[in-house]
Amino acid sequence: MGASPARAATAGVGVTLAAALQRRRRRTAFVFGLLMLIVAATSVLSLGLGAVPIPPGRTLAALWTSVTGLPVDADAARDSLVILNIRLPRTLLGLIVGATLAVSGALMQGLFRNPLADPGLVGVSSGAALAAATVIVLGERLLPYLPFAVLPFAALPIAAFFGGLLFTSVLYGLSSGSGRTSIATLLLAGVALGAMAGAITGLLTFMSNDQQLRDLTFWSLGSLGGATWTKVATILPAFIPMAIALSFLGRSLNALSLGEAEAFHLGLPVERIKRIVIVVVALAVGAAVAAAGVIGFVGIVVPHLLRLAIGANHKVLLPASALLGAALLLGSDILARLIVAPAELPIGILTAAIGAPFFLWLLLARRRMVT
Amino acid sequence: MTDIIAPPLSRRSLLHVTGLSALFIALRPMALLAQDASPQRIVAVGGAVTETLYALGAEGRIVGIDTTSLYPPSALKDKPNVGYMRQLSAEGVLSLSPDSVLVSAGSGPPAALKLLEEAGVRLVTIPDTPTAAGIIEKIHAIGRATGSEAAAARLASDVETRFAAVAKARETVTKPVKALFVLAMQNGRPLIAGTGTAADGMIALAGATNVGAGFSGYKAMTDEAIITAAPDVVVMMAREGLHADPDTVFANAALSATPAGAARRLVTADGHWLLGFGPRTPEAVAYLMQAFYPDLPAVKALSASEHLPAAAGR
Repeated sequence: MGASPARAATAGVGVTLAAALQRRRRRTAFVFGLLMLIVAATSVLSLGLGAVPIPPGRTLAALWTSVTGLPVDADAARDSLVILNIRLPRTLLGLIVGATLAVSGALMQGLFRNPLADPGLVGVSSGAALAAATVIVLGERLLPYLPFAVLPFAALPIAAFFGGLLFTSVLYGLSSGSGRTSIATLLLAGVALGAMAGAITGLLTFMSNDQQLRDLTFWSLGSLGGATWTKVATILPAFIPMAIALSFLGRSLNALSLGEAEAFHLGLPVERIKRIVIVVVALAVGAAVAAAGVIGFVGIVVPHLLRLAIGANHKVLLPASALLGAALLLGSDILARLIVAPAELPIGILTAAIGAPFFLWLLLARRRMVT
Repeated sequence: MTDIIAPPLSRRSLLHVTGLSALFIALRPMALLAQDASPQRIVAVGGAVTETLYALGAEGRIVGIDTTSLYPPSALKDKPNVGYMRQLSAEGVLSLSPDSVLVSAGSGPPAALKLLEEAGVRLVTIPDTPTAAGIIEKIHAIGRATGSEAAAARLASDVETRFAAVAKARETVTKPVKALFVLAMQNGRPLIAGTGTAADGMIALAGATNVGAGFSGYKAMTDEAIITAAPDVVVMMAREGLHADPDTVFANAALSATPAGAARRLVTADGHWLLGFGPRTPEAVAYLMQAFYPDLPAVKALSASEHLPAAAGR
């Protein structure tokens, strides 16, 4: 009972802080619960909706027979094929690609300490786009000269993946010296390399014929339409490093947000963190672009939405981005295949249609905050 | 999007992981169900495929078409559209419950076509070569695929006869005109057909020389190159939003400085009719020849029914 007034005041502050922290924690838990619910709901919708009308009971039956292997009649067999070989791999691809793009965006924004950074900044997208354009326009002429046999339709994703990695390596080499990576150089060299890739892609566009031009256009708008089990299985390994890195990068990025020098003095292996972030983003985004083409705005929009909702703590921001990114992309994909059924809209149109207005709002809001 | 082929081992192991192998075995016999020679529910992919099916009287059996199926115009109005021929959605096509899908060569993506085959749909690829012989081959292939061989043989021989007539008229051409095909005017800059295009093939069939040679595909040609090429006649597609009248076209400084500009010789025709390489192509060739060589008796003698002024409008 002998507490001095000063100590009581400190305790009071402590109580308010603790209460605030608890509120934030409760809010975060609520947002996470909500996000998981949304992901589950969009996944169910993604399995249940499509051009072929399949009643929910049939959908469940199809999933059940895939486990039990019971014999199925012809109609049910078609539904099973649609659900298990078209919608299921497509849903998985959407979840993976959406999560990848959003997490990569959050990682890039954390690493560059710049709210406008997106996964393309490390050169993956421009490298992949250049490689894809090369295959689309020159593929038929180049394939016979390759020392190894490449199936014509496997050439594009493979080229896009390695094109993205190659570009990131060059960019990383340009901006690194004597054991340090200069983030500013990385950013500017990325702009220069992107412009160069754009020039060559433009030249290829000029050389293309009508069909190739349409292929280029569709590729640059992205689609989950080509999802197959083979594709999902082939690209899966590229996402594992990012999934592992998620568990420890949150703390590091929080420290990095104080500044590179400050993070270094906190005992953070800053250079190693940079390398890890660049490598995991390049691998995962390269695979995502290879599998689904260029899908814009998920990487920028999702982390920003979540910062508004749950704050900038990367430990929660990164997993939350994965959930919201997956949900946003799946939602867009459901619309993409329903709006003009039996045809399909490129998914990039929908993510950009949702993303661009938000991005504008964000820019305006930031300007109002400054003035 | 295209597909990645993994080695067989990894694919098989994946199937075990996902428990799908049972389904694959269950689906095998389905592929045998749709071997009917006379399919009743056809999805037609490719403008010439749809046009030929209509010409064969198979209209009632078509349950879906693609965005390139512009002729007859009723096709896009009456039938569900499965999208662009190189960007098909497997589920979209399956939702029409087809027993046969006829795709023009070059349709895709391969992953979607593979899924259609796995679903037991009969997939027939129709060759597409922009020559007279290519059209005949196309008609026979479509006839075989739909069990309408007799109708296809009649149509093919009719097309062959009409091609023979224009070929005979072509032999009397002693001085080929120089033609320039303008695909579009982008900001007043003409986009010209080079080698390897359908327009190039049509100009050759009509006994003229394509001065847009020296590059492949459709390219923007510089003003000076157009003047140097000195075309005698300009060919364009007539379509909405494209001002294909002499006043607009020859307002272009380069085009007006050519012999074609001096004589104001502009030939316009419906794009699909002109470049579709389907059963109506001989008529389009005859139309071009009559525009190119109005004074040649053999060309004048080409039957009047082959000249379709109505189609020139739209």
